[in-house]
Amino acid sequence: MPTPPNVSTAAFNTALSAWRQTVGADWVFTKDEDIALYRDAYSPYWDEPEERLASAAVAPASVEEVQAVVRVANQHRIPLYAISTGRNLAYGGSAPVYSGSVVLDLKRMNRVLDVSARNAYALVEPGVSYFDLYNHITKAGLDVWIDPPDPGWGSVIGNALDGGGGWTAYPFRDHFGAHCGMEVVLANGEVVRTGMGALPNSPSWQHNRWGYGPWVDGLFRQGNMGIVTKMGFYLMPRPEAFQTSTIQASREEDIVPLLDTLNLLENQIVVNGSTGLFGGPRGPNAPAGAPAWTMQAPIYGPEKVVRAKMEHVRDLFMKIPGVRFTEGELFRTPLDAATLNRVRKVSFGVPDLSTFGMLGRSAANPNAPGGHIGFSPILPRTGEALLEFTRFYAENLATVSEGGALRFVGPVYMTNWERSLVALIMFPIGRDKAMNAKMRNAFTRWVELAAAKGWAEYRAPAIFQDVVADTYSFNNHALTRLRETIKDAVDPNGILSPGRYGVWPKHLRKG
Amino acid sequence: MRVAGLVAAAAALLSPAVFGADAASTAGAGAGAGAGEAVYQRWCSHCHSAGRGNPGTDSLRVKYADRIPAVLLDRTDLNAAAVATFVRQGVQSMPPFRKTEITDAELAALAAYVAKNGPR
Repeated sequence: MPTPPNVSTAAFNTALSAWRQTVGADWVFTKDEDIALYRDAYSPYWDEPEERLASAAVAPASVEEVQAVVRVANQHRIPLYAISTGRNLAYGGSAPVYSGSVVLDLKRMNRVLDVSARNAYALVEPGVSYFDLYNHITKAGLDVWIDPPDPGWGSVIGNALDGGGGWTAYPFRDHFGAHCGMEVVLANGEVVRTGMGALPNSPSWQHNRWGYGPWVDGLFRQGNMGIVTKMGFYLMPRPEAFQTSTIQASREEDIVPLLDTLNLLENQIVVNGSTGLFGGPRGPNAPAGAPAWTMQAPIYGPEKVVRAKMEHVRDLFMKIPGVRFTEGELFRTPLDAATLNRVRKVSFGVPDLSTFGMLGRSAANPNAPGGHIGFSPILPRTGEALLEFTRFYAENLATVSEGGALRFVGPVYMTNWERSLVALIMFPIGRDKAMNAKMRNAFTRWVELAAAKGWAEYRAPAIFQDVVADTYSFNNHALTRLRETIKDAVDPNGILSPGRYGVWPKHLRKG
Repeated sequence: MRVAGLVAAAAALLSPAVFGADAASTAGAGAGAGAGEAVYQRWCSHCHSAGRGNPGTDSLRVKYADRIPAVLLDRTDLNAAAVATFVRQGVQSMPPFRKTEITDAELAALAAYVAKNGPR
């Protein structure tokens, strides 16, 4: 059994013994075969010395047990790495950022504590997956939707805290943005509730996210200032109808008015669904008349409203010369089983795992290595920026891909978040160490090249979190230094998720 | 070009009307309620059922080229030990499952359920 860095075997054994007393011997994992279950299955360093590995895992079942575990860790200065469902694949999975950390596995904290259909919110624990919340709501017959991300086994809390997004309507698909109230265990074991939760017996914890005074919830997004043990989320009342439209334009430069029109419609909350945007510069062999850009603009709401909005959306897009506009099928909810099986489920608030078909082995990709990581810089939501990115990608692709030897997937332009675009490029990752090394180098190169253009990522795989954090360097890394100051104050022994998103405790900082 | 094909596949996945009608599933019919079936439904069915949108089934169809059934519950060649190995070690895109997700007791029930038609 490995021991955490700078922790004596005796101290570690004392802590393990205390944790067994707290959570039960069955929920403290120290055998090699059990610790191996916490490896990141998609690690770009799989089986290499740099792979991030846990020393043990502890799985509390309540906030009181989390507090007790954290107090012991703090006493012995043992680094903990909190996971919720541990399914953050492509971003580190259930493995720690700092090797030797003890994984604090919160999967057993799996209670849906409250769902209000009347006020459209939920309060959940970290181990609750999107499947769990969906099943709870369905079983209770409540008329609200969740907003699933691609993989439904992810944690509702974990996805929000990692900066994830989903596929239904604004504002619900920005998962952190749609949260309302947290309960957090600090490094000293103390419990804090944010927003209205700070008011004893407040009936409005999930009704008002701001409460009173400086708002601290952001410290726990992609952070390591505390362990979130409860979190509230706004839910969408089931929309009566859904309809999308397909807008196609033949010229590359049409993306400028296309995005301007989309932005107006989104910023007025006329189009509230997650927009699809595909295309880019056409090669010399592109068929005549093939569209340069295809956009889908979905609308959720009452049927009458959806139909009226769709007419308005058509009118606006048709003002762009040469644009083709096609209304999609109008769906009335709830969908019957047959209809649900022919649509993309997550767009209808139904979680699934079909996304793994995109990069896993399939008829379209029979030799897929299995895993992947994603490079996903944030761009301004303008056609000019998108065209600049497409030129940038085309100009650098041959070099970064080693003449095409490395096959990236993308870019896929995501509009989950308002006001910006995310250009997602995915890198296949498997068990071929030489190929993984090439992919790592390519990833780093894309980060550097993009940063030089003023573009950086919204989220990053664990092994690249430092690299990306370094690109947010305005004024000699002033933001990183501010975060470090706060980290030192709230976690002076640096025991909570060291290194997560580039925030290291004092004793582990480089330079 | 392969990359272009993958991008098209990615785009297709993002399209709201890409999935065709589900194929009729015979998997699990008449299996009877039990702990193993419950674990299967919770953890395996989302990838390994029949019909489109099941990446585990799609992957196994490519792997075995239809020489053996792609739907897990239609398999007759799996024994419990093999099922347990795949669950704890993972394979291809499927990560291993931790004991906080599937306990050893649940795994035994699951393995017996999935291997119910397998060699004795």
